[in-house]
Amino acid sequence: MTDLLFTNARLIDPEAGTDAPGWLHVVDGRIAATGTAEAPAPEAGETLVDCGGMCLAPGIVDLGVKICEPGERHKESYRSAGQAAAAGGVTTIITRPDTAPAIDSPETLEFVTRRAQADAPVNVLPMAALTKGRQGREMTEIGFLMDAGAVAFTDCDHVVEDTKVLSRAFTYARSLGALVIGHPQDTGLSKGAAATSGKFASLRGLPGVSPMAERMGLDRDIALIEMTGARYHADQITTARALPALERAKANGLDITAGIDIHHLTLNEFDVADYRTFFKLKPPLRSEDDRQAVIEAVRSGLIDIICSMHTPQDEESKRLPFEEAASGAVGLETLLPAALRLYHSGDLSLPQLFRAMALNPAKRLGLGAGRLSTGAPADLVLFNPDTPFVLDRFQLKSKSKNTPFDGGRMQGRVLATYVAGEPVYRRD
Amino acid sequence: MSFAHRHLLGIEPLSPQDIVTILDLAETYVDLNRQSAKHADVLAGLTQINMFFENSTRTQASFELAGKRLGADVMNMAMQASSIKKGETLIDTAMTLNAMHPDLLVVRHPHSGAVDLLAQKVNCAVLNAGDGKHEHPTQALLDALTIRRAKGRLHRLNIAICGDISHSRVARSNLILLGKMENRIRLIGPPTLMPSGIGEFGVEVYDDMREGLQDVDVVMMLRLQKERMDGGFIPSEREYYHRYGLDAEKLALAKPDAIVMHPGPMNRGVEIDGTLADDINRSVIQDQVEMGVAVRMAAMELLARNLAAEPRE
Repeated sequence: MTDLLFTNARLIDPEAGTDAPGWLHVVDGRIAATGTAEAPAPEAGETLVDCGGMCLAPGIVDLGVKICEPGERHKESYRSAGQAAAAGGVTTIITRPDTAPAIDSPETLEFVTRRAQADAPVNVLPMAALTKGRQGREMTEIGFLMDAGAVAFTDCDHVVEDTKVLSRAFTYARSLGALVIGHPQDTGLSKGAAATSGKFASLRGLPGVSPMAERMGLDRDIALIEMTGARYHADQITTARALPALERAKANGLDITAGIDIHHLTLNEFDVADYRTFFKLKPPLRSEDDRQAVIEAVRSGLIDIICSMHTPQDEESKRLPFEEAASGAVGLETLLPAALRLYHSGDLSLPQLFRAMALNPAKRLGLGAGRLSTGAPADLVLFNPDTPFVLDRFQLKSKSKNTPFDGGRMQGRVLATYVAGEPVYRRD
Repeated sequence: MSFAHRHLLGIEPLSPQDIVTILDLAETYVDLNRQSAKHADVLAGLTQINMFFENSTRTQASFELAGKRLGADVMNMAMQASSIKKGETLIDTAMTLNAMHPDLLVVRHPHSGAVDLLAQKVNCAVLNAGDGKHEHPTQALLDALTIRRAKGRLHRLNIAICGDISHSRVARSNLILLGKMENRIRLIGPPTLMPSGIGEFGVEVYDDMREGLQDVDVVMMLRLQKERMDGGFIPSEREYYHRYGLDAEKLALAKPDAIVMHPGPMNRGVEIDGTLADDINRSVIQDQVEMGVAVRMAAMELLARNLAAEPRE
């Protein structure tokens, strides 16, 4: 293993909240030292990386990535997702269990772990389903799955409707210290919806869901956490109405965190325009007021985590009338450039962004990554925050090309990605 | 007379001048249609395909007649019965038809936006004959022509649209058209049948029909679409009729010369009193059907002119 010395870097340290020139020393795949003064001379055998003033930040920990193995490998495989992640500065992928079949047994979990180890150049940590087949009826073997390496438990966008089943799963998970990830949504209100209710949905004639459905789903989950003491993370909080409930739950000392995907932070319902199905997401894109509110919540730290909610869909499932089209967007490669829109607009600083994209998800999952402190794994991303480019979806490394940013003007590009001190991506 | 549109997908993209252009041309077809020789061969040699993915008798017949009177070769395809049952996607169906070189494609589809999607994939002119809960532009145009002929103008009128606004593409297209022509629009119906965000539409909303009908010039009733109801929007048909059904007593609150419209097919005794619907002094429902053919002839002619101006591959 080669040791590395990064000099002349702009260090983005989310833990310290600093964005300053400096150097970083990697020994045996871990960060050995950092500094802002003059860099030490490289020792013999060490590789010197002159960053040329570019940003060096902890690699992104992307919580909630769908890789379509098993079941739909034509949409995304561990190899393609791993390469997309590396190209996007994502050094740890936390995979979702909403595959076909669902990852709900230790055997399936072992299969995907093996596939990940064989094919993906970045760290891959799997989540497992909370209930068998994500059916919301019986809890999975949470203990065995944890032993097999599951880092969290979630039924993804299948909301467990039966509160008795959910409360038992929460209670059982708590006894093992397992993290449960919920999708706050009232299923009665959201059934059949393709857009957020409001003027836009009405004009387009699309079935809408009130933003209140998210708040109701969150309120219910919060009550169950209070009852059971479970460790809980809400996958996506995308509406202003849900924020006070989240704030109260945190103030009451519940073990709760919340996330949001990058699309809801950078796009709003009007982007759907003339029924563009690449903008069909779950939950649907929200109003601009909601978008502003959730940006503020990320800034204040109320919303802890930004993720890509990477959801590959093939062309066939998107080339349909809007209501029939599949939901979701790929995001591993576009997460950082899209997040930099928030930096360039002055909404969030780089340390704030990396707090949400690297430090907080790592902390929530008990990982040592996501920081630049001594002893942390040298999972790093080197990027130029200013490079302008127009995104061409066919250049993406993901097998599926369903990104709403196709043809979008982006600013900021990954130059190199390192996992445990090893380069896994380098832009020529 | 210019009409710079390749398709007629909705009222939203049209300017007030576009609307007037269509209506003026339609007037000439109203006259033609009343003669014994009803042919004008402006579409001679062109092929018109009517693709209806949703049941329709009236609209399909109207489009068919409009095409035939203009001399087009008209083909009807009942899409419910055919390829979609075999799993073909909308786009594949469109591509297949496109290969047959139609010039005009008239499409109705149960999903909002489906006609827009189809229009992106074909080389011919597409007319939206109703897509989901989105738009039904020729219905709004025929309503506009009916109003203009009955009232002598299409602006500064008080127009009430009553009933199931939320599920109605007719209401959406009318709302947009009548708004563009600077009328005052009132929406009347139970709040469960009002679309969300209605407060931002620049219309007045009433849940009391008696209040809403005060001094209006036009009363536009909508069909209570039972087939669209997932259930539970209204307590019962009879309570709906009591509160929102149009009868002589409620109509008395409107202006004495107010006209009554309905896009059909009517549910007599659910949203409108049968006697009132047949009252030739108030009801213009039959005129609407007549205007429908004329407006569709005009719209197809305008689109065909643009096609003729295009270089052929």
